[in-house]
Amino acid sequence: MSTQPAMINRYRWYELIGIYAGILAFLTFILAPFVEGFLVSLKPLSQLFSSPYRFIPQNGSFEAYRTMWVSVPGFARYIFNSFFISTIVTTVVLILVVPAAYAFARFKFKGSGQLLGAFLAVNMFSGAVLLIPLFRLMRTFGVLNTYFAIIVPGVAFLIPSAIWLLRTYMMRIPRELDEAAFVDGASHFYTLRRVILPIAMPGITVVAITTFIGSYAQQFIYALTFNSKTEYAPLPVGLFAYFGRQEVIWNELMAASFVGIAPAMIVIFFLQRYLVSGLTAGAVKQ
Amino acid sequence: MSVQRSTVIFAWILLLPAVLYVAVIVAYPLVDTFILSFTDASLKKTTNWVGWINYEKIFNSTFAEVIIRTFVWTFFSVSIKMIIGVFGASMLNSAVPGRALFRVLTMPPWIVPMAIGIFMWGWMYNGQFGMISGLLQRFGFVDSPVAFLAQGSTAFWATIITDVWIGVPLVTLYMLAAMQSIPQDLYEAAWTDGAGRFYRFRRITLPLLIPSLITMSMLSLIATFNSFDIIWILTRGGPSGETTTMIIDTYHTAIGSKKYGEGAARAVLICIFLSIFCLAYFRVTSRLSSGENR
Repeated sequence: MSTQPAMINRYRWYELIGIYAGILAFLTFILAPFVEGFLVSLKPLSQLFSSPYRFIPQNGSFEAYRTMWVSVPGFARYIFNSFFISTIVTTVVLILVVPAAYAFARFKFKGSGQLLGAFLAVNMFSGAVLLIPLFRLMRTFGVLNTYFAIIVPGVAFLIPSAIWLLRTYMMRIPRELDEAAFVDGASHFYTLRRVILPIAMPGITVVAITTFIGSYAQQFIYALTFNSKTEYAPLPVGLFAYFGRQEVIWNELMAASFVGIAPAMIVIFFLQRYLVSGLTAGAVKQ
Repeated sequence: MSVQRSTVIFAWILLLPAVLYVAVIVAYPLVDTFILSFTDASLKKTTNWVGWINYEKIFNSTFAEVIIRTFVWTFFSVSIKMIIGVFGASMLNSAVPGRALFRVLTMPPWIVPMAIGIFMWGWMYNGQFGMISGLLQRFGFVDSPVAFLAQGSTAFWATIITDVWIGVPLVTLYMLAAMQSIPQDLYEAAWTDGAGRFYRFRRITLPLLIPSLITMSMLSLIATFNSFDIIWILTRGGPSGETTTMIIDTYHTAIGSKKYGEGAARAVLICIFLSIFCLAYFRVTSRLSSGENR
């Protein structure tokens, strides 16, 4: 990247202004709800429910960040649940997907193309479409109102994109490596474990992160439908505890939202370079 | 390399766990939905075979309206996502100071649990105390508070905008990756020939982006068609059904009213639409990839 001629990327001043204005407009759209959400968390309720609207809080405080734990005592549990569920989901997805992605990346056999297509088709049916039979299935297994009711469907719908991402990554590992190991008398399994896995580790890490994010972000519909016990509720459902009978405690809801996403954001902040480079690498080298 | 028996067996051993899992959790329920759609399954103990009645009921209800609404909703949401996504990607693709930070700042709506982003929008749409109505009044665009989620027409667009907001980061980062995969020499050659920045974008970037654009719109189409959380949390399909899409209607019927049979028939219809998208997608991608690789 650094070897390219510098001249081509030199902008004139009006181009620079245009680009920064564009970025500003774009990021305003992306970030405005977060800014507003944060300011709401600083405002006392009386100020929230008063007109005219004020953007900047008057004598704002972090009071809501204290009272949120009192209003909803189970809140820490919701965060734990979200982390716990996402961790299990990610582990199970990796166990299922790493071998499968390797098989799709390396072996062509009768029906392999169709099978890959079938896996990708799973993505189409996520959401509400399968809720009724899944509900009956969970009831048959006796796992309604447990962690499993949220974990089991969560895993299934994260498998397709994980397989796709990892397969793409593994296809870029030179075949000569496998063949060299094979010529040396290594078994298929040994080749996978000792040759491919170490090289594929960056790809596996990216898949693990995206799966974790996906699981953390999307625990809503299954948790809403298959679990009615608050002790197993993940963050997105648990936040509804701030919806009172009369009105929503908005400042605490927003405070709780920021507390809930903080751990995930910290993780992502430290891994983002890895994440972006991993995702872009997938598209760069064909 | 000849395909040996042991290799095929090994491949299947690797695939078996994932295949079994998906078969039990996705394929079986899919078949079950299909069977249920011909029954009157509900909370009652007994379930009877009722033939096509559930499907007849669908077409005698307002469901046709729901189907059209779903398509309109999806069309606008996907188009706006693609436009903003390509715009954002081309901005973030410029070599300006701070771009690494700007890229990270694009991600939050995608990474944060959907429900949280939706709550924030829910508050911003609030008529009496919300930010959007408040700012519109402040700058004199409207005279009185606008309760965006309380009126059908504004609620329709409000849910679209929230859906766009959640979908844009992925589109942007994907299109950005696609832009960066365009060989730099092409730009340098054009630059040497004296082509301007805008010309280079129109003649090099856009044409080479088309495969990625198609892929992303298809993926986005499927995700948007299945969108549940946003409408459910913001409006539950209201007011008076004006944001009810097929998914929301199915949820109301199956989970809300416990009419599993009728809900299943709606779900089957959704599956048929999704399969059509799916087939179109594979058609297009296989054509694209055969053009690229061979």
